[in-house]
Amino acid sequence: MNTADQYLKTIYVVQKQEDGPASTGSIADSLGVSPASANEMIGKLEERGLVEHEKYKGVQLTDDGIVRARDALQTYCIIERFLANVLAVEEFRDEARELEAVIDDTVAERLDTIIDRQPECPDCFDPETDACACLEIAATPVEPEQ
Amino acid sequence: MVAVSVSQRIASDDQLARLLQIGIVLEEVVEARAHHHYQSLDAELDEEIETLLADAAEESAEHRQRLESLIEGLGVDSVPFDEIESLVDARYGRTQPEDFDGILYDQLCNEETAYKFYDDLIEAIEESNAEFSIDREELLDELHAIREDEAEGVSEVTAVMERR
Repeated sequence: MNTADQYLKTIYVVQKQEDGPASTGSIADSLGVSPASANEMIGKLEERGLVEHEKYKGVQLTDDGIVRARDALQTYCIIERFLANVLAVEEFRDEARELEAVIDDTVAERLDTIIDRQPECPDCFDPETDACACLEIAATPVEPEQ
Repeated sequence: MVAVSVSQRIASDDQLARLLQIGIVLEEVVEARAHHHYQSLDAELDEEIETLLADAAEESAEHRQRLESLIEGLGVDSVPFDEIESLVDARYGRTQPEDFDGILYDQLCNEETAYKFYDDLIEAIEESNAEFSIDREELLDELHAIREDEAEGVSEVTAVMERR
């Protein structure tokens, strides 16, 4: 998943969490980047018609941006579910975040042929747990984030 | 949501091993699907497609062994083929191609996906400064060779598709 898609996915999730436009600060925090880097990328996404950025209000995905963000979130869900259910990785969320940049959506689609993803994906994604709410393993207690 | 990585670098043996395991699974999926195609259409299979599928399955098995040797050096277990085969079995009905064109297209997707995976993996390793427990040059040579096989596979399937 390329950097632009990681941003779109994050904006989508932050917008859901904040129930409105996503603040640049929240986007930067979620991605672990500086606000300056986030602003630069948001500018590029705006030029490409994927987001609208209103000063003091925040960032909102356009319709095209929402489509891309949902695809990216679905790819992320596939990676999480694959790690949890096929490779039995306990820290599947941490690893999914580490690996998402290296896993292309075409690769995720192939992995998707052997996992049991729910039809409601990616609406099943829960921003609070940062994981698919339908993932059985997600219901078990997990270690607190470091 | 907590911080995600926007870099494409691979920082540790563990990350490298996990990506190699994913490569093994991709190869196993190709092998198992090729076998399924072979079985599902066996009565009608023509020689050209039969050879293509047999070669694809054989090549995937060989790639899998090469990846297994690499992750052995990292002290990590492989992913047993029979587990992946049973997952492919369980899901195959939903994604099964309906005819020769579908089989060829599925095979093309397999080869292209594998190529893309190895290409991204090589790039991520090259961008990383991490020291791995296995020799970096040997690792990259092996992955370059496998990527080359996948590129040839794409050309072979495309050539068959164009002839039809």
